[in-house]
Amino acid sequence: MSLTLFNVILAVVIAISFVGLNAAYLVWAERKGAGLFQRRPGPMENGLWGLLQPPIDGVKLMTKQLLIPGGVDKAVFITAPVLAMFPALVSFVTIPFSDNIIAHPIDVGVLLIFAFAALGSMSLLVAGWSSRNKYSMISSIRAVSQAVAYEIPLMITTITVVMISGSLNLTDIAARQLDGIWAWHIWPFQDDVGFNLLMPISFLVLFVCSVAETNRAPFDLGEAESELVAGFHTEYSSMGFGLFFMGEYANIVIGASLTTVLFLGGWSCPFGDLGFFPLTHNVGWFLLKIYLIIFVFIWIRWTFPRTTIYGLLNLSWKYLIPISLFNLLLTAALLKVF
Amino acid sequence: MSGYFSDLFLGAKSLLDGMWVTLKEFPKRPVTLSYPHESVPMYRRFRGHIELIGNEEGAPNCVVCGMCERACPSNCISITSVKPEGSKKKVLTGYTLDFTTCSLCGSCVESCNFNAVRFSNEYNLASTRKEDFIFDLLARLKEQNQ
Amino acid sequence: MSQPIELQQDETFVLNVGPQHPATHGVLRVKMTMDGEYIYNAETVLGYIHRMHEKMAENRTYAQYMPNMGRLDYLSAMAFNHGYALVVERACTIEVPERAEYVRVITVELNRISSHLVWLGAYVLDLGGFTPLMYCFDDREQILDLLESVTGSRLTYCYFRFGGLYNDIDDAFISGTRSFITRMRKELKMYQKLVTGNIILMKRLQGHGLVDRDMCQRYGATGPVARGSGINYDVRRNEPYSIYDRFDFDVPVFHEGDSYARYLVRMEEIEQSLRIIEQALDQLPDGPVNPEKKPKVIKPPAGDYYAAVETARGNFGIRLVSDGTKNAYRLKLRSPTYSNMHLFDEACRGMLIADALAFMGSLDLVIPEIDR
Repeated sequence: MSLTLFNVILAVVIAISFVGLNAAYLVWAERKGAGLFQRRPGPMENGLWGLLQPPIDGVKLMTKQLLIPGGVDKAVFITAPVLAMFPALVSFVTIPFSDNIIAHPIDVGVLLIFAFAALGSMSLLVAGWSSRNKYSMISSIRAVSQAVAYEIPLMITTITVVMISGSLNLTDIAARQLDGIWAWHIWPFQDDVGFNLLMPISFLVLFVCSVAETNRAPFDLGEAESELVAGFHTEYSSMGFGLFFMGEYANIVIGASLTTVLFLGGWSCPFGDLGFFPLTHNVGWFLLKIYLIIFVFIWIRWTFPRTTIYGLLNLSWKYLIPISLFNLLLTAALLKVF
Repeated sequence: MSGYFSDLFLGAKSLLDGMWVTLKEFPKRPVTLSYPHESVPMYRRFRGHIELIGNEEGAPNCVVCGMCERACPSNCISITSVKPEGSKKKVLTGYTLDFTTCSLCGSCVESCNFNAVRFSNEYNLASTRKEDFIFDLLARLKEQNQ
Repeated sequence: MSQPIELQQDETFVLNVGPQHPATHGVLRVKMTMDGEYIYNAETVLGYIHRMHEKMAENRTYAQYMPNMGRLDYLSAMAFNHGYALVVERACTIEVPERAEYVRVITVELNRISSHLVWLGAYVLDLGGFTPLMYCFDDREQILDLLESVTGSRLTYCYFRFGGLYNDIDDAFISGTRSFITRMRKELKMYQKLVTGNIILMKRLQGHGLVDRDMCQRYGATGPVARGSGINYDVRRNEPYSIYDRFDFDVPVFHEGDSYARYLVRMEEIEQSLRIIEQALDQLPDGPVNPEKKPKVIKPPAGDYYAAVETARGNFGIRLVSDGTKNAYRLKLRSPTYSNMHLFDEACRGMLIADALAFMGSLDLVIPEIDR
């Protein structure tokens, strides 16, 4: 076996296990967080603080019967959950956890992530379409119109950052922000653009978009359990449902990683490189940042009611897209001036 | 146009207000009890299913007047008795409560003039069989006497 | 948006919501004819838990029928018991002692608050927010504990008796209620921040689910639904029963007629109920809670009697026709949500399904009361 092939296999195994572990334990974190936000303890019975809950739930899901309702488009019905998990896995390939921990650096990493994110909403569409259920159908149509509305501001904001750093490679984008907390893209003053007050707002735009992109509350219109029962995965049982569930959490990790790399300096230490271990630039900072963002995701989910489809489209077309477009123009102008 | 920006700022402020409320709850101790391991003390007046009250010798106070049987809206009490030779009083031989139809209204307890029935504090009553809810209260009284 | 749109009848499909659906809170079924996500019309289907409560009244004695009342509207059982006790007391001219009247008012108002808290939690849950439900249930738990300590049960109380009460309240209940009032005032401020002022909630409710005054009158809607549409009517004030004329309280009325107006009416009613409880606790006299003279067997003279109370959902009217025997000849129950629900069909036309379900939640339906 050649060394490159071995490296590729190793990278894939690490990526898959990272995603799997994250998905399992983010469910635990979500339930625990929900509990603490709601004056109750959350999972407590299995293991210390309920830490054995995720593997037990996984075994339960796997041993359940995979029920395929009569009259569904069988091939598409089975493909959909795989299609939900697969893009999330592939996107991990290009996420830089630190300057040397990256599965495969790609020069157009940002593009790859967006391409596969679009494929993710495809899986919701085919799941809803093939389920032969009116609720699922409505849900998948919602999910697609939501994806279209949110990918535009998401991409425009990303383009702004790409313009500043001059690269589509995520490693390069993060490497630009290594000089301590003030070099992060979230702040208004940047080396090449002087003073751009819209950068923190752009960060918020990106954050809101990644919440919407991952179909989480308050933008969980696709699932909307009080309206559409369970939306696109109403008819899925066992691991079919399990894969959708894991895919959702994997997407959250991707969204948080992307936000971290684009705006929060990736693996950089906020105090600059001080040389000794915990305070040097390393993967620990990266993980700390993405879990902080995930905590905010959970916090938001357990605070707000759901928006409606027109409320969400209004927010996107009336606020997010104009703001991100304006920031793009402003950044372009500032880049020209400085 | 002014509505556009005030909407944005007031909206963002209301969202932050809400997030502050939930964040304050986050570090607080849960208000719930972890039920099978701990449970709340029951109130003295809690209405569980009814039970018979015994006198000092342990025999039921019941004189088989049948008031509770008649007062019950759902006919869940059935009493059997015998009249021994030479005695004027009836003796209770069976007091059965069909708890499946009982609505815990308390009519039986109120109608009793001889202090013979009261509410128990029993609330752990889950079962998968219907027969488990047909209580022989006389046997229960004997058990309590021991 | 919610502008009326031209709906094509030949391009519709039927969406069956319920009887088992998360938004219908029970076994209500709605057959919606939809044009995309817009509702063309909606037909409510009832009867899934019909239990013949009215017929039961004809086969039971008056006292035996009392527990049935808690099974109609399980969230505001106390008020229904009150209505039934009132009509029988009127029929038999039983005098209720002063203290019993006060205790009745206190418990009914506590029950009203607990009912509104369940509504608030479940409604925000309908709108997709989970956490307020838990806070509401925490607050409601305090009320249930208080009521359990005097009535002995937590939900389907059977506490009132003709002419009085099952038993008297104690000092622990009084001090517990006072501390609950302080706590609830604080929690109301929290709900204001977390739920009422939330921009997402406001955008979803304001201007949606419009019900005008005329529609309320045509369908006989009462309670918070009517008061949210500008009808200033509350049985407690317009036809005072029990001792409600002795208390100083406001009847909240909003004129918008949208879901948010109904929401605000209920939130304001919690505050007003707290005020009533506070006054009742201050004025609470000593004395017996059961009348000295009370007929052994309840046999109302032949005739036709009516009583109405304000439950958490509106006007609950109860008409009793007696033929002088131990059983009622006919008992007619006029329950508030039965009328409120029938607004839904007419008002929801042209709404999006998400708005329609938000509208349905704002009507505060309790299905056992509709089906009886």
